[in-house]
Amino acid sequence: MKLEYITLAVVLVFFAAFAYVSSTGNHEWGGADGEAENVIADLTGGSYQPWFQSIYEPPSGEIESLLFGLQAAIGSIIIGYFLGYYRAMAKIKAQAGPDGKDEGLNAHPAR
Amino acid sequence: MHIMEGFLPHPWWEIWFAISLPVVAYGVYKMNQLVKEQRDSLPLLAVAGAFIFVLSSLKLPSVTGSCSHPTGTGMGAILFGPWITSVLATIVLVYQALFLAHGGLTTLGANVFSMGIAGPIVGYLVYKAAMGSRLNLYLAVFLAAMLADWATYLVTSIQLALAFPAATGGFLASFKAFALVFAVTQVPLAIVEGAVTALMFKYIFQLRSDVLLRLKVITPATVSRMKEASL
Repeated sequence: MKLEYITLAVVLVFFAAFAYVSSTGNHEWGGADGEAENVIADLTGGSYQPWFQSIYEPPSGEIESLLFGLQAAIGSIIIGYFLGYYRAMAKIKAQAGPDGKDEGLNAHPAR
Repeated sequence: MHIMEGFLPHPWWEIWFAISLPVVAYGVYKMNQLVKEQRDSLPLLAVAGAFIFVLSSLKLPSVTGSCSHPTGTGMGAILFGPWITSVLATIVLVYQALFLAHGGLTTLGANVFSMGIAGPIVGYLVYKAAMGSRLNLYLAVFLAAMLADWATYLVTSIQLALAFPAATGGFLASFKAFALVFAVTQVPLAIVEGAVTALMFKYIFQLRSDVLLRLKVITPATVSRMKEASL
């Protein structure tokens, strides 16, 4: 369990830092990608025009967050599915005994 | 690390495509080979891809007062190496370019290079070096994922600086400006990504160390060492 605690601590410190920075002034919390755009404008004196536009842009912030949420959800489902599958397989294997050669495991071999 | 659509002028967007395309093409070849020869690594491949999907969708606030996202590529790099990871990252970047207006089709080559190639190469080398010096397995994963993440943003800064050298100070001055935005913001995120990847790797290791052995991610010596360490 040690690694779980370490990871939890790291995540907590991360959000504590966010809470602290949030409380110390006005921050926009905008995307770093967008800020790079400002740097480009600074460096070129605002003369650079993007020569190609995105073919599709989410019509609102809500829809954008929907699509980002979907992206995370799809990923999470896949991870959860396979880790659960692995866990169950390990359990079946353990129940089958130390030789692990019974039908429980070999009837449904891992693909 | 997404360079926005249309924000890389000629000849840079072509150059990055020319570099990334063969790598991804070879990655597709390697991936096919893997899927054919080691069917039981397929679920892990899906997990590594899904891990990139999840992590790169999380825009996290950083200490600089702006938001950025982890890359999730360290896991793939450790499990399957940079070639195959470049394919996984490309899938995510295409999704984001098409549906989210994050990154773009013209800048895809550059973005694939930073997130799908440079980051994973760094992660892979760090992992191999750390394992070579017999570091704790999870610590090695932590370092690899953290540095893969961070390297990605450094490379983005380099790419932008090359395309937009400052009038005074040239490449270096401009690199400093971009790195200030990307690399500094990314430090805390990279640490979190390292920790989360290490935890994820722990579960994979506990459940399928046999597949990890076959993929040559770990050696039998690692397994016996980890049994004593019990993290």
